[in-house]
Amino acid sequence: MIELDQVAMSYGGGELLGDISLTLSPGSFHFLTGPSGAGKTTFLKLCYGALIPTAGHVRMFGADVRDMSRDDVALARRRIGVVHQDVQFLDHLPVADNVALPLIVSGRDRSDESENLSELLNWVGLSKRAGALPAELSGGERQRAALARAVIMSPEVILADEPTGNIDWEMSQRLLQLLVELNRMGKTIMIATHDMNLIRAAKSQVQARVLRISQRRLQTAGADL
Amino acid sequence: MDLSRITGFLAGDVQADRLVPPTGFTARLTVFAAGAMAFLTVFALALSLATGRLADRWSDELARASTLRISAPLDQRAAQTAAALRVLETTPGVASARALSDEEQRALLEPWFGPDLPVEALPIPQLIEVIEDETGYDAAGLRLRLSAEVPGAVLDDHTRWRRPLVEAADRLRLLGWLSIALIGATTAAMITLAAQAALAANAQVIAVLRLVGARDAYIARAFVRRFTLRALGGAAAGTALGMIAVLILPAEQAEASFLTGLGFQGWHWIWPLAIPPLGAAVAFAATRHAAHRTLRELS
Repeated sequence: MIELDQVAMSYGGGELLGDISLTLSPGSFHFLTGPSGAGKTTFLKLCYGALIPTAGHVRMFGADVRDMSRDDVALARRRIGVVHQDVQFLDHLPVADNVALPLIVSGRDRSDESENLSELLNWVGLSKRAGALPAELSGGERQRAALARAVIMSPEVILADEPTGNIDWEMSQRLLQLLVELNRMGKTIMIATHDMNLIRAAKSQVQARVLRISQRRLQTAGADL
Repeated sequence: MDLSRITGFLAGDVQADRLVPPTGFTARLTVFAAGAMAFLTVFALALSLATGRLADRWSDELARASTLRISAPLDQRAAQTAAALRVLETTPGVASARALSDEEQRALLEPWFGPDLPVEALPIPQLIEVIEDETGYDAAGLRLRLSAEVPGAVLDDHTRWRRPLVEAADRLRLLGWLSIALIGATTAAMITLAAQAALAANAQVIAVLRLVGARDAYIARAFVRRFTLRALGGAAAGTALGMIAVLILPAEQAEASFLTGLGFQGWHWIWPLAIPPLGAAVAFAATRHAAHRTLRELS
């Protein structure tokens, strides 16, 4: 689905990532870990076409990112749900509209999907908060809303950048539960996190591969976790 | 362009419209700028059309009219006038010749001497209006004949003062059109600035829309539509006010025909109605250009 082939990424002369090859196959569950600033967010951005690698090839659904037009990238993003680290919402619209944003921008009629939307809000436990503005939500609620927005288009791949970054353990568990459920539905999941407890909790439930970015290279972490 | 696409664009997409937060201040500035520019355009248009009419009239009517002045002692004036008229009647190229009546001569002098001027008692030359036909007459030949038969006659074929006037009117008309072009360019510049400010203020919104898979055209449309509608509304209001202002200008009078002639006549009233759609088109192009340029810079 997403393939990285000897990818390197440099910023202003310094190489942040190098010689990275990885294939995200359908239904797989990956964790991406590594120290802060190691390039986890950059890695995810390469995966959804927000960055073009300085060397090597990134292929989204078979197409090389470098050959894709801006519209091609936009269309590919509808098949990839992204939970951003700094959950980005439109602050003037209520939660329900923010969650439905991918539907709106892809020109689908929201009224056809209203049942899906309320079901989804129920699933992430935000039914009662549907009319609230993003600024009125707690950290955990925002993360769950971001997850709901990431999955509303029923994407094939879900990329989550520190989804449990600023929420308590109980909420992290709930969020993980949602991602595990999605994986059981056949979605490909990639979670960037430095929360080892989260990874351990997940490993008891799914077959998860753990990748580590260390010294600019991507390594498969041992089974000791 | 496909008409249904235009109406669809103007009707808009309620969902898409809400994605960009409303911006009160820039919106009002855009409407005001478009309105003021449309108001000015109405006057520039009126000026161009009025001077155009003037130039046409001068070059057309006056080109075919000339004046014969009979300066003779009072007792010979009538005889010389009759002689001159006889000469003119037999001159090829003259369609008609007519001696101005005392009343008409008095009317001509009234602005300078006031009413109740005893024209009959004064040694004022008699004027004869000569109208040419299509071919025109030979001025030099006519002068020769007149000097032989009517010694007191002086032919003035108007070219001396007509040409600079027509030239001035033409120049004025050109300036009017140039003003309209400048106003259009200024409108485009102001709307581009406003659109760019709005795009910069909404960089976060645009980034979020891109991340969730919105295509550039979709994002651009939300902005372009807004600015086009604002320009259309502002220009419509400005045009309406401008047309009312032109309408209540003093009506055309003989005393100051140029100044009071500034306005629209007949079907020319249609012209200003083109200003709002043109203003909207300028806004559409300017915002579209600005939006696509801004979007290309984002990932």
